[in-house]
Amino acid sequence: MRYFIYLLVGVFFGIVMYKSEAASWFRIYEMFEFGAFHMYGIIGSALVLGVIGIQIIKRNNIKALGGQEMQLEPKAKGIHNLIGGIVFGLGWALTGACPGPMYVLAGAGYYSMLVVIGGALLGTFVYGLVRDRLP
Amino acid sequence: MDYIYEPWPWYVSGPLIALVMFVLLFLGKKFGMSSNLATMCSIGGAGKATDFFRFDWKQQRWNLTVVLGAVIGGFLASQYMSNNTVDINPGIAEKLSEDYDIESAGDAYLPSEIFAADQLGDPFVLAILILGGFMVGFGARYAGGCTSGHAISGLSNLQLPSLIAVIGFFIGGLVMVHLLYPLIFG
Repeated sequence: MRYFIYLLVGVFFGIVMYKSEAASWFRIYEMFEFGAFHMYGIIGSALVLGVIGIQIIKRNNIKALGGQEMQLEPKAKGIHNLIGGIVFGLGWALTGACPGPMYVLAGAGYYSMLVVIGGALLGTFVYGLVRDRLP
Repeated sequence: MDYIYEPWPWYVSGPLIALVMFVLLFLGKKFGMSSNLATMCSIGGAGKATDFFRFDWKQQRWNLTVVLGAVIGGFLASQYMSNNTVDINPGIAEKLSEDYDIESAGDAYLPSEIFAADQLGDPFVLAILILGGFMVGFGARYAGGCTSGHAISGLSNLQLPSLIAVIGFFIGGLVMVHLLYPLIFG
């Protein structure tokens, strides 16, 4: 039953990504050319609601289903956030796809995305190999 | 019925993305789409090569289920809910045509010059797809998350590491589009 809910969340997410056009290379390119408000509006409106909702959760100590704490612990901070972020941004702008949309697009029948996913798996694997030697 | 085929405006899409994040939080999980790449490496036996992939991937099955759902969602949306064209700013479409010979803006969801399956035989296109994917996968793990994990989840939680990562995303994206595109596609 739980897995059915996760599947539904994924289906919903996939539809939102495709219908919002956030999965479109054209929209990503347009965003980095500052050609439209569309992508900024999507991220911005998600963020405004996200910040408000998480503040409400924290102030009222709202728990997840089953009574466990919500997973809101901070991520590790360091220069890796900036360098890794820049590498990610280069790839994001080149393929027009981040890790969510690349699956959505594969499902939509853009089979070239399978190559991008393969590249992303390779990149993740290589990161695992060299991470001890990175700043 | 037009509203089914029309793209959803930002003020509908953004709140729905926030909704996905909150549903996952209430289910005791968190919204981040890049960690499943490490899970797939782990399943594929990458733990033999390095400790980084030596974890109990069965704990991450929920995340892979979300990914499967996203694939299905992409199929449903493209088949039944969309005319699969994206209308961007006409000035940007013109620039794509003039500078890079990408003419499919307004007619397609992705530029067919790069993403049509029959372009995969072109070594240049293949190299771009693999290299771009590589940087997405490598960068997301190095940065500790991707657009969903940092730009939505982390920033919503007012996390400084996420702000730094998102600034990095934009530096990388701007450098690629403004400095490297003319060299790669020009």
